[in-house]
Amino acid sequence: MRAEQIRSDDHIEMGADEDLMKITDASMTRFGRFGGQFVPETLMQPLKELAEAYSRLKVDPQFRGELSALLSNYAGRPTPLYLAKSLSRELSRKVYLKREDLLHGGAHKLNNVLGQALVAKTMGKTRLIAETGAGQHGVASAMVGANLGLDTEVYMGEVDIERQKMNVYRMELLGARVIPVRSGSRTLKDAINEAMRDWAGSYETTHYLMGTVAGPHPYPLMVRELQSIIGTEAREQILKAEGRLPDSVAACVGGGSNAMGIFSGFLQDEATKLIAVEAGGRGTSSGLKIADHGACLNLGEDGVLHGAMTKILQDPYGQILESYSLAAGLDYPGVGPELAHLVEVGRVTPAIADDGAALEGFRRLSVLEGIIPALESAHAVGFALKDPEALGEIAIINLSGRGDKDLATVMEHEGGEGI
Amino acid sequence: MVELGLPHSDPIADGPVIQAAAMRAIEAGMNTDVYFDVASKIRAQVPLVFMGYYNMILRRGLEKFAGDCADSGITGLIVPDLPPEETGPLRAACEKAEVDLISLVAPNTPPERISYIAEGSSGFLYLVARAGVTGARADLQESTKALIERVKTPLPKAVGFGISTPEQAAEVIRAGADGAIVGSVCVDLISKGDLAGLEDLIRRMKAAILEAVAVEAAGRI
Ligand SMILES: Cc1ncc(COP(=O)(O)O)c(C=O)c1O
Repeated sequence: MRAEQIRSDDHIEMGADEDLMKITDASMTRFGRFGGQFVPETLMQPLKELAEAYSRLKVDPQFRGELSALLSNYAGRPTPLYLAKSLSRELSRKVYLKREDLLHGGAHKLNNVLGQALVAKTMGKTRLIAETGAGQHGVASAMVGANLGLDTEVYMGEVDIERQKMNVYRMELLGARVIPVRSGSRTLKDAINEAMRDWAGSYETTHYLMGTVAGPHPYPLMVRELQSIIGTEAREQILKAEGRLPDSVAACVGGGSNAMGIFSGFLQDEATKLIAVEAGGRGTSSGLKIADHGACLNLGEDGVLHGAMTKILQDPYGQILESYSLAAGLDYPGVGPELAHLVEVGRVTPAIADDGAALEGFRRLSVLEGIIPALESAHAVGFALKDPEALGEIAIINLSGRGDKDLATVMEHEGGEGI
Repeated sequence: MVELGLPHSDPIADGPVIQAAAMRAIEAGMNTDVYFDVASKIRAQVPLVFMGYYNMILRRGLEKFAGDCADSGITGLIVPDLPPEETGPLRAACEKAEVDLISLVAPNTPPERISYIAEGSSGFLYLVARAGVTGARADLQESTKALIERVKTPLPKAVGFGISTPEQAAEVIRAGADGAIVGSVCVDLISKGDLAGLEDLIRRMKAAILEAVAVEAAGRI
């Protein structure tokens, strides 16, 4: 009874302009059997208030105007759709790159944080908290915190702080405070736990700025809608360039926000194959506590993590495993519930690229196109190099970020000193 | 009543003390099989209640888990990451196994939702004393007392999160609660190996509560 009520409360009026809200079903907290709100009762009210504020604001002309102005003038939208000529020649098909690497901050993350921070500000919150793994979402959060005048604190695992010193410094330079997380495996999943614990005690003044399409409702829906601008632009751009839709769209998947962002533009285009490339890490097996990969859509099983029912990496008793990938942004033992659903119903095709394939993508794209991709995005490029047939005649790869942040990692991996 | 926690790798409702205890227990080989083995060996004169996160239950299978609870002498389940919207399947399994599924009410739960939660709960109702996570606090907030007054239910009301002293326990009883739930401070004493201290604390808690109950009863005559 109550669940029904909440669903109908959530039911948003669809405006005439749909580009901010490509939705499969906004009246639900779930996507098929995935999603939901598996959180302590203390968080139910803050989540409800957030969902209500967001569904009101996303159709509010003033809010949309403000967001749209920030996206163009601060973030640099629209990003180009670039026909990668040499890569196309090498793969004997047309491959376009959606250039989210050119967005301010160097990754797609800013689309989401700008929207959420504006919602938070309108709700009267004065403080943002965020989790970060590689530091990209933390840096994006620190940027909007500075830009919109909100105190920003970023939870980051101690292990990741050690791995990503440069981004820690960037966050601090932007005026944010980085809080080291010493619990659990001291990585991204524990940083999310810590942010949720903070929020349970601070929601009156604080917004929890989640960085991907994971977590409890409304985050998977809200983050996907805020990222859907990638897909909306890409669809228009490819139609303009080619006069037809692409045969495939490929994106890397950590939590799934850049993938859902670009996929959402093509969900109704049944003939366009949507390929979700996950981190194959160093193999497909799992140890007692650590998996060798981050491939939840491919190799995970049903479970609840960070407030959502989704595909997760876990041991036989339900303890969450640590994941592994050379790309810190794909190193997460869960995945957005909507992606789990879209894979289950066959609309999205899961694929894997391992560390080696990603490094190959990293190097080849640098040499062929003069573009150094983020190691995360390099997974999608690596998959294309490995399996070009899967792409069809015309393909779009979502280049979610640029690779400057990864130079030290790659140098170290090559046996160099790093920097 | 004794609450027996099943450690989880990602306890989002718990503060540092219980997090650390969970890590130690997992490290030492605790898992769901061992848990039920331990539970079935406990010979207590008070009811045993399960406390743990939903993924551990889901992974074993809801019906099997509820059945294992019943078989090992556990009479109720507290699942802190399972709000009423998500309890349906587990509630069905618990009803079948004839064990209680105990719901939680938070300080920010709106009035109409309190009755919705109370209607769905069995055994008792768990009142979360304050926002945030588990862990000892020096003070008892006024909002906690307000919450105890606000919650109207025929079920017994037990208050937890942050209670660590006999005085606090007595205070919630005087405010109208039927029980006080004490976690982190006990876990802390156990981790230090101070079982005498634990016994002493529980005796003092019990005495303080009984006195508060007696005073309250006398007040009513
Ligand atoms: C450049 C880049 N791409 C992809 C990701 C993965 O996140 P998501 O799957 O949410 O897009 C990250 C995360 O940090 C990233 O920095």
